[in-house]
Amino acid sequence: MTLFNRLFRDVPLATRGEITPKLGFLLTVLLAIVWLIPFLWMVVAALRPASDGINTMAVLMPSLKPTFDNIRDAWEIGDFPRYTLNTTIICTGILLVQFVTITLAGFAFARLAFVGKTLIFYLFLMQLMLVPVLLIVPNLSLVAQLGLYDTLAGVMMPFFASAFGTFLMRQAFEAIPTELEDAALIDGASLFQRIRHIYVPLSIPSFSAFAIISVTSHWNDFLWPLMVINSPDKRPLTVGLSVFTKTAEGTQAWGTIAAGTLMVIAPLLVTFLIFQKRFISSFVTSGIK
Amino acid sequence: MSLAEPAALPVATSAAPRLHVLKRLSAGFKASLPAYLLLLPSLVFLALFTYGAMGRVLVDALYQRTTPKAPVRFVGLENISAVLADPAFTGAVVNNLIYAVGTAIPSIGLALLFALALSRTNAVSSALRAALFVPVLIPMVAASALFLFIFLPNVGLLDYYIGRLLPVLPNWLGDPDIALYAIMVITIWKNAGYYMLFFLAGLQAVPEDVMEAAHLDGAGPYMRLRHIILPELKPTFLFVTVIATLNAVTQVDHVFVMTQGGPSNATNLVLFYIYQQAVEHYDIGKASAATLLTLAALMSLTALSFRTMANREGGP
Repeated sequence: MTLFNRLFRDVPLATRGEITPKLGFLLTVLLAIVWLIPFLWMVVAALRPASDGINTMAVLMPSLKPTFDNIRDAWEIGDFPRYTLNTTIICTGILLVQFVTITLAGFAFARLAFVGKTLIFYLFLMQLMLVPVLLIVPNLSLVAQLGLYDTLAGVMMPFFASAFGTFLMRQAFEAIPTELEDAALIDGASLFQRIRHIYVPLSIPSFSAFAIISVTSHWNDFLWPLMVINSPDKRPLTVGLSVFTKTAEGTQAWGTIAAGTLMVIAPLLVTFLIFQKRFISSFVTSGIK
Repeated sequence: MSLAEPAALPVATSAAPRLHVLKRLSAGFKASLPAYLLLLPSLVFLALFTYGAMGRVLVDALYQRTTPKAPVRFVGLENISAVLADPAFTGAVVNNLIYAVGTAIPSIGLALLFALALSRTNAVSSALRAALFVPVLIPMVAASALFLFIFLPNVGLLDYYIGRLLPVLPNWLGDPDIALYAIMVITIWKNAGYYMLFFLAGLQAVPEDVMEAAHLDGAGPYMRLRHIILPELKPTFLFVTVIATLNAVTQVDHVFVMTQGGPSNATNLVLFYIYQQAVEHYDIGKASAATLLTLAALMSLTALSFRTMANREGGP
């Protein structure tokens, strides 16, 4: 009972004692455990020896003789090093170009007056409404016309401009006092020097929030790369995993599937565990991925 | 001339002679040039992959093109009527509606429960928040691989632990009556922790003094939830509902990995139908028509909800 009271000690007033608090909290604890079960099963199954057979596959108790065989098999069968490299190239490529486009556009919206500003602003807003995932059919034919079918560049290109990133940077730049820029102007700094030396360094938190959102969503992208990529050696992790799962499912190699899945999830998850607060606050500020 | 000096925009007055207006307007454009140059890189890509794509969907929907090389034939609204008459499409729309409502309500409800229970800043709460947030970071494809095993008949996790208590073991993904609900579970599992974040943020906006006053006046937990917290969270509800609706139409990776729309189209969703038409049947016309209908529906829904939100915030 004391533990329970201690859990509730620093409840902010906004939620103190809401709907039978202890019951609600208990339910949440139970659900949080349930929420982790697929993840726990993956880790346990990835380390279970294949010799244990299919009937023990669902047991959540870890094997007493854990093995790395499944992980080794998945690594070799699925060409995960290649998939990981491709996904890393895609995410980095998208992010680097986005940094340039959103910095320039964000600055224009934050600090410059120009003819048609409202109209162009609405054009950017439209991207948030138009849900890029739904435009895969016309975009696939465009990528093919540009000669980028079956290339990583083709996977990256539709995401080079980001309305969300532009708005985020616009907000960050607007918060920077104009006096700083005025001082640089007097010293004769050019436009790009001012962006490079005043606006960019002072907006690092916004850049990193954007980086988290951008990398997370493109790391997890599946449908678009599935359509653009044809060659097995250009597959990103998600497409590679789906093909791998299909093959391994037939042979009932669930330990290998669990190991493969673990490899796809691990990089993001480890980063999340290290930068938990950053991740959470980025997702809250973003809203729209 | 120093670039990008915030230029004052010349405003043309109606009394000014026409030529003068043009002159001032062109001066305005000249002063705007630096801004246009900064916007150019973004606008090029937006033009190609957003506005251009929108235009191409409109045009492609009017033509028939069944193979990449086949001659293009103008068919007007035939593609649209063909899609609307296709039972696979109408079936996918119905499935998607069930899927949208059936995933949005539970995941939003759970998100609210999680947020109310975990809004404290102690270690236990933050550990539980992290546990609930982990599925958000797991790619839908990876989640599907895990749930393939969970739903596996007899030996799978679900049957192994719970299924044995049932009189008959259902084939979760193989039964047309159950499969759609089975894949909905994955979506709820993945999204509840995501929506929780917005409710947590929303809860911080609940004024403490009002809560305290209500508390002193003897308002119980239910009264405070009903009359203070929920009204305060209305914008969050609306926002999360919009995101949940968009997610319901754009998240289909699990359909690809787990069911391919089957059994007998029971888990076919609109985006998977579009993919099938484009990639499996090479029917760009029908795929575009279906895209167009979906976009129209989504955009009017989004516009409507944002309008509601704007009205509400404009009101007293």
